Amino acid sequence: MAQNIDPKRNYEETRHKTGYVTRGESTQETYDRLGFMSGLEVHQQLKTSQKLFCRCPAGIYQKPGDFDAEVIRHMRPTLSELGEYDGTALMEFKTRKNIIYRLKSKTSCTYEVDDTPPFPLNREALSIAIEISLVSKLNIVGEVHITRKQYLDGSIPTGFQRTAIIGVEGEIPLRNKKIRLIQLSLEEDSCREVSDIGHTRIYRTDRLGMPLIETVTYPDMTNPDEVKEACNYIRFLGRSTGKVRTGIGAGRQDVNVSCKGGTRVEIKGVAHSRWIPELTHNECFRQWALLSIRDLLNARFPDCKLWNLTHVLLDLHAFNSKNGFTKDAKANGFKLVAVNLPGFKGILSHFTQPGKMFANELSERLKVIACIEFPNMTHSEEIDPLFTPVDWEKANILLKPSENDAQLIFRGPEEDIKTAIETIEERCRMAFAGVPPETRKSFENGTTIFERVLPGADRMYPDTDSAPIPLENDYIESLSKNQPEEVILRYKRLKDWNIPEDCYTYIFKKNLFPLIERIITELDLNPAFVGKFFGHAVKWVEGQYKPTAEFDYKIIYALLRFIKQRNLDISIARRMLPQVYQYPKMEFESALTSMNYKAVAKEQIVSKIPFLRNKFAEIRLSKGPDVEHNWIMGQLRRQAEGNMSLRELHEAVRD
Amino acid sequence: MTDDIFQGYKGLALEVLKKYNVRVWGQAVIKTTRGEFVGTVLPRSENDDDRHIVMKIPTGYNIGLDIATIAGMKETGYKKANYKIPEKEFPYTEGLPKVKLIGTGGTIASRLDYRTGAVIPAFSPGELYGAVPELASICNLTTEKVFAVFSENMSPDHYKKLAIAIGKEIEAGVDGIVIGHGTDTLHHTAAALTFMVQNSPVPIVLVGSQRSSDRPSSDAALNLMHACTAAGHGDIAEVMVCMFGPTSDEYGFLHRGTRVRKMHSSYRSTFRTIGDTPLATITRKGLKPIKETYNHRRKDRKVTILPYFEEKVSIVYYYPNMQPDIIDSLVEHGYKGIVIAGTGLGHVNKPLYPAIERAAKAGVAVYMTVQTLWGYVHMFVYDTGRDLMALGVVPSENMLPEVAYIKLGWALGQTSDLEEVKRIMLAPINDETTPREPYNGYLIYQGGVTEVEDFIRKVHK
Repeated sequence: MAQNIDPKRNYEETRHKTGYVTRGESTQETYDRLGFMSGLEVHQQLKTSQKLFCRCPAGIYQKPGDFDAEVIRHMRPTLSELGEYDGTALMEFKTRKNIIYRLKSKTSCTYEVDDTPPFPLNREALSIAIEISLVSKLNIVGEVHITRKQYLDGSIPTGFQRTAIIGVEGEIPLRNKKIRLIQLSLEEDSCREVSDIGHTRIYRTDRLGMPLIETVTYPDMTNPDEVKEACNYIRFLGRSTGKVRTGIGAGRQDVNVSCKGGTRVEIKGVAHSRWIPELTHNECFRQWALLSIRDLLNARFPDCKLWNLTHVLLDLHAFNSKNGFTKDAKANGFKLVAVNLPGFKGILSHFTQPGKMFANELSERLKVIACIEFPNMTHSEEIDPLFTPVDWEKANILLKPSENDAQLIFRGPEEDIKTAIETIEERCRMAFAGVPPETRKSFENGTTIFERVLPGADRMYPDTDSAPIPLENDYIESLSKNQPEEVILRYKRLKDWNIPEDCYTYIFKKNLFPLIERIITELDLNPAFVGKFFGHAVKWVEGQYKPTAEFDYKIIYALLRFIKQRNLDISIARRMLPQVYQYPKMEFESALTSMNYKAVAKEQIVSKIPFLRNKFAEIRLSKGPDVEHNWIMGQLRRQAEGNMSLRELHEAVRD
Repeated sequence: MTDDIFQGYKGLALEVLKKYNVRVWGQAVIKTTRGEFVGTVLPRSENDDDRHIVMKIPTGYNIGLDIATIAGMKETGYKKANYKIPEKEFPYTEGLPKVKLIGTGGTIASRLDYRTGAVIPAFSPGELYGAVPELASICNLTTEKVFAVFSENMSPDHYKKLAIAIGKEIEAGVDGIVIGHGTDTLHHTAAALTFMVQNSPVPIVLVGSQRSSDRPSSDAALNLMHACTAAGHGDIAEVMVCMFGPTSDEYGFLHRGTRVRKMHSSYRSTFRTIGDTPLATITRKGLKPIKETYNHRRKDRKVTILPYFEEKVSIVYYYPNMQPDIIDSLVEHGYKGIVIAGTGLGHVNKPLYPAIERAAKAGVAVYMTVQTLWGYVHMFVYDTGRDLMALGVVPSENMLPEVAYIKLGWALGQTSDLEEVKRIMLAPINDETTPREPYNGYLIYQGGVTEVEDFIRKVHK
């Protein structure tokens, strides 16, 4: 009875029926039809010397295996302030994880392991958060209240994140519209995960407690590119103050997506904004596909309460699968369980994401909730079946399925079987309702997997260990004096300067605008040249070479000033850049020497042209209008750099 | 009922709420010079200022608004939160031991108190079962709240009430007793109960938590499970303190009530046995004795309850340059007993001698203990010690200062005959003084740096 449909064909057909198109083929109309809606939570670490609630140094990291001690903890759900248990909390409790924290003395104190109450909030971080709230046009609160936001995954040893709202209701301008902001909060960062296998999850505590801000937007974005644009804007805005951390892991965002009739799903911890369009596109279609699954199931079972799965324990030794599925199970002492899903024929192989089907939704939950590692299951609509039809027949003799049912077989430790069956049943029941609210983990290829149940507002609790902090008008006014110019105005000025658009992202990402502005005004250089010098040349050099010491962008200012003062032609800057970038401590004069620069008068270079013309006539091989011109340019370019502009040389050769 | 609808607000903030007719738990739109805010007005902690109004915004966070910035408020709805730990009936399982949990306050189970903004204890078998359902597979639990005070507010009267309550439970046939207690003075109560409840046939386990149970990482649940296991299944029928062994969620220690002390203001594994090794380790699977001798569980119901206490007893923690008037004023105020926590082997400075002599002459019982906590009082080693003994100071071996205080109060509660007091003080009831100190007790906890480093690297601490 297994494989009584063609899964591959069913997958293609259901993808077609869902109306899936690639992002390249999509237009605003595609997204309007789906009712694409997306909002962002952008996290940026703040550049403070210490952590938010203790005096440990911030920004010092350890390698996964480098630690001085380990502490083990478990998390239990507790009530929220309003007296409710949170859904995620209960799920996390079901998973019963041993959480191990790896501590390094240098970056952790008793606060990190939750053996000391918090110290007063870091004031430097508070000031930065208020400054960024002001540029985000948020309404600043009168008193900062520290709230505990529950996280039972263990990523924070207390079981909650201490977080505080600094401002609410702001807005940021995009090129074509305004995006409203819900709030900006100041919070402590969480641990970094080392591994999560079976019932053991390991974390490092170096990043734990570092101050970060979270900017939350309304779901105002209506297509994937807008989400990326908004994300970049928020990040650039933070960076424009020069007080946020940059580099790997310093900025991460959670992206909320839903489609018409769908549910808010949160894609967690997206490390790069360039991943956002593909992720949001696919998530919107995944929800659209789940809605089509819902319709199919509801047509088959008008009353979903009557739907029930059945399961049976198989004799592991009677089965022999491909790819070692049963062999590994035997080696680990696992149990093998077959499950019949009535009416799920064609559902398991239903399209959900590129390369993924509904069965993946079950498998991912088995891993997260029942703690059974991949591969944890196989099913009757597998494109590449692990079991032979004979094996399936053996299972089906026990399951006694009907024609329209689908089956799956999973393996796992005996103590996890009960949770596993509950998990499968729960997810299947959710399919009748449509899209379950979840947080999902992102992959670079644009797909996502289940991470946990989406937490609600019920996981908030006032922090009884901290007193509220009043924010006086004078204090806020003094901070508003440091405000950088708005990013959108800077965009406009880059445009006015004729700097090409492909330079903007780089310039804002590295917060180079203030430096570029300074170079243009103080050194009186052509703005478009300066913009391109950074946006093209510096960016290229960074991708090609590694500096031997820390490279500060201010060196570029010094370089350009040196060229000006030495009265060299500015074109030599590009040639000097690789040297200067690789050896930031080298004198510019030595850089010139090392690249064999010689000062030659313009007239002397030009005087060589007639000689070269004659020479070219002798060796000429091909005819063409520009061949002679290009050859002579090639001969003289090196000598000209720094001594005359290449344009002048061009003209001289042409004459 | 104005108090109730403006819970915790006072002064200027209260005036603002009244002016705009907005109640606590009212949903409101508030216009300020910093923009408009929407949310539910929350009660304010009494100790906070009167210049801010607290509200919960729709995302679940709390914020405060400065009343000086408020230009207008409008109540648009009302919804009072009902904070309640879910109560489920504690199931009875045939064959499991009967354990009585006696509540005194503390953070085993707690809920938010808006009055102070801190947490207050909540307690009933149903609530506990709702919070820690695992208890049902350990024992059949019943509870009784004898009183509800914070640990620091415990007094001799409370000790006596507890002792009497415990006596009644033992006679009624329980298999074990667990006492929920705040941690600050848990060791004082443990000592008091050791003296007041003697020869118990069942375990008496004191337990608390260092992280309140409103936190996911709380140690309360595990401590409670350990305590119920020790009380219901353990063979050690003594007054014990059951708290985390390491800070990790691994195992608990059972400490003898007279040798235990809170040693860290916030660590989970704050309770340590001093001058000895702990009695046993405890997990949910059962206890493993570390000490070879202890009082075993018995079937009979014989127990001796001795609820006595003289309140006019004090501890004097000696410091260099202490003035004699400290001692004199205690005597003048009618104190009957003084425990000195002396330096080194049990010393104080010379200027104090006349005052000590005056105290002894006035019939005050003066006992010497050591500030070092570890080790014995040895008053024969230096002249200072001999002089002090000549003045009437009684060295009290390796009794911990807090334990000596409790024991002296208990002894003086029974008799004013100083010789009899001395006999009681120096005859150990349950290891408050020990004839020998294991040579490795001190090393185990304070040991050589490299060994300890090696230990914490290998073991979950």
